[in-house]
Amino acid sequence: MDQSPRFAADLAHLPTSAHGPRSLTWWGTLGFILIEGAGFALAAAAYFYLMGQTETWPPGLAPPDWLWGTLQLVLTLVSLIPNLWTDRVAHADDLRKVRIGLVVMSAVGLLTLVIRAFEFGALNCRWDDNAYGSIVWLLLGLHATHLITDVGDTLVLTVLMFTRHVEPRRFTDVTDNCVYWNFVVAAWVPLWALLYVVPRLV
Amino acid sequence: MSARSEKPVIRRDGPALGEAETHRRLSLSWATPPGLWGWLSSVDHKQVGRRYIVTAFVFFLLAGLLALAMRMQLSGPERTLLSPDRYNQIFTMHGTTMMFLFAVPVMEAFAIFLVPLMVGTRAIAFPRLNAFSYWVYLAGGVMLWVAFILNAGPDVGWFAYVPLSGPQFSPGKRVDFWAQMITFTEVAALAVSVEIIVTVFKQRAPGMSLNRIPLFVWGQLVTSFMVVFAMPAVMVSSSMLIMDRLIGTHFFNPAEGGDALLWQHLFWFFGHPEVYIIFLPATGFVSSILPTFARRPIFGYTALVLALFATGFLGFGLWVHHMFATGLPHLGNSFYTAASMTIAIPSGIQIFCWIATLWDGRPRFATPLLFVIGFIVVFVLGGLSGIMLASVPLDSQAHDTYFVVAHFHYVLIGGAVFPLFGAVYYWFPKFTGRMLSERAGAWNFWLFFIGFNLTFFPMHILGLIGMPRRVYSYPAGMGWDGPNLLASAGAVILAAGVATFLGNV
Ligand code: HEM
Ligand SMILES: [Cu+2]
Repeated sequence: MDQSPRFAADLAHLPTSAHGPRSLTWWGTLGFILIEGAGFALAAAAYFYLMGQTETWPPGLAPPDWLWGTLQLVLTLVSLIPNLWTDRVAHADDLRKVRIGLVVMSAVGLLTLVIRAFEFGALNCRWDDNAYGSIVWLLLGLHATHLITDVGDTLVLTVLMFTRHVEPRRFTDVTDNCVYWNFVVAAWVPLWALLYVVPRLV
Repeated sequence: MSARSEKPVIRRDGPALGEAETHRRLSLSWATPPGLWGWLSSVDHKQVGRRYIVTAFVFFLLAGLLALAMRMQLSGPERTLLSPDRYNQIFTMHGTTMMFLFAVPVMEAFAIFLVPLMVGTRAIAFPRLNAFSYWVYLAGGVMLWVAFILNAGPDVGWFAYVPLSGPQFSPGKRVDFWAQMITFTEVAALAVSVEIIVTVFKQRAPGMSLNRIPLFVWGQLVTSFMVVFAMPAVMVSSSMLIMDRLIGTHFFNPAEGGDALLWQHLFWFFGHPEVYIIFLPATGFVSSILPTFARRPIFGYTALVLALFATGFLGFGLWVHHMFATGLPHLGNSFYTAASMTIAIPSGIQIFCWIATLWDGRPRFATPLLFVIGFIVVFVLGGLSGIMLASVPLDSQAHDTYFVVAHFHYVLIGGAVFPLFGAVYYWFPKFTGRMLSERAGAWNFWLFFIGFNLTFFPMHILGLIGMPRRVYSYPAGMGWDGPNLLASAGAVILAAGVATFLGNV
């Protein structure tokens, strides 16, 4: 462009980042939550569809053991407390508390992964036993990838917040990560019911 | 204690720098880095968009060459140009490439280029994700085509029905390549739709409220939402397929409680919205081109937006009309027949608004407008055969015949490729700084239009007199020779139209 620019205003004082709906990443996260939520819903629909194809459910197998999955449910629900707290202190740009929150959430996240490993062991089926086994493994695996994604993200953020990478945008990253964890937990509630309760009802 | 106090204050020079210097610095930080690496790593939405468009057109040409090969094979009875196995790979590659590597990506490509400009923002939301999506898409396409060249191209049709595509009847790697390509292209499409949604919601210029955005942007917005809800279905189903094939799951294996129709449900839950994912952006082209060449504002902005919404919702309620021949309960079938006919209403509203715009304007018949008129004619014909197919008795007769092939080429080429050519002629100066020849444009249009109808109209008749689709050859004396020869001749004219286009760009 050969037209010379005109200096209209100095916007340097405006903040370079913002939380929640004022941040692009928040909207992007929401977009991916919609996509993944649709994925969960469709996989759950497939579960019911396959259930409708057989007389007994689970066909010829014991339902998954209660223990680990329910422990996971309790842990993830309780984890909402530190998660929401981290969200709040990140909104306030409080670095010290954010660090505490992130360390707690990293520990919780790693613990959920350990429990998830035991959950797979307690499903009482293998993915190649029959269609029931396949869909159960798919659902649990799908949710496990969400756990892994969020835990990975939390670990990276924790490292960033303890090193020289701290800047205002990082606090937004923390709040967006908290939003995503809420989704991961919210998705687990119906999935837990599907995997552990439904087979005992029918 | 606040974090902000811990870190060094960034010095912002502001007005002290002066205008020229500010401009220089901004240009520098926003510019694409020089050299090959800069080119490869560009995140400029215009560059990525152009790249997407060119790549998608390359796939269009490749799939078009396959179509020509099929038409040569079928030009007469018992021709031996292609072996049955080759033919199977070719129609699968043609359909798959056209749908997943051409039609959807090319529409996204236009969104990537134009939506940020139209809503008045410097860059698309998440430019790196955008560049990433391009490379993922390219990787998926190249993988599929390399497999095809190595004689490992999928051969199970573009919707890869089980049990044919399952481990038992399709050993080898062919279907794995197909399913993997699906994952690649869907990841790309999902990423782009999130970018478009966020760009439209958050990056509009001040004063551009949603009820003022161009209809093109509306079309892309609704499309993006459809992608968000539809594409996960095909990702779930193709992942199930690949797991059935590779790690021994039983999703589609009836012997172990699986079900083949589950594949069809999941695939068409994506597959039907897919046609609107291709068509709605094209309506955006039409709504942009028409007012320019009719020289009056578009007729019925609000009605057109509402029609987009209606299509977006209804598009998810029709998938079962692809499964009428599977023996589902009658009541269900009637519901999906009704739903399929209902969706003709918003399409009809759109068509009437466009005709009204033309009617009331002072049209100048430049090439883009020619393509729009071609679109209206061809798409209405395709819509009519669609309404016919929506009725179960007719579909039971015509299912899997050339009648269906004729129908979906009328809606896909009519509904997407005609507007697309119009859009290329319309926006070419914006993309490249050069105007395309109008004379060649008119040739392009007429060859394409005549060639198209010669190719596909006879297929209606072929289907009604019983020629099945996906056959590599047919015996003489079935009464199929004449229409087939006509269709093949038409394909040559169609190809000449595309060649004129290539010469023109
Ligand atoms: C450019 C001119 C085109 C010609 C001459 C052409 C021709 C053909 C032919 C001969 C078949 C195979 C029929 C059979 O053996 O069953 C076919 C199938 C198909 N075409 Fe095209 N086509 C063209 C463009 C397109 C476009 C633009 C699209 C989509 C945007 C498309 C989508 C499909 C699909 C989805 C199939 C079904 C493949 C399958 O059965 O799995 N075609 N086409
Ligand atoms: Cu459909």
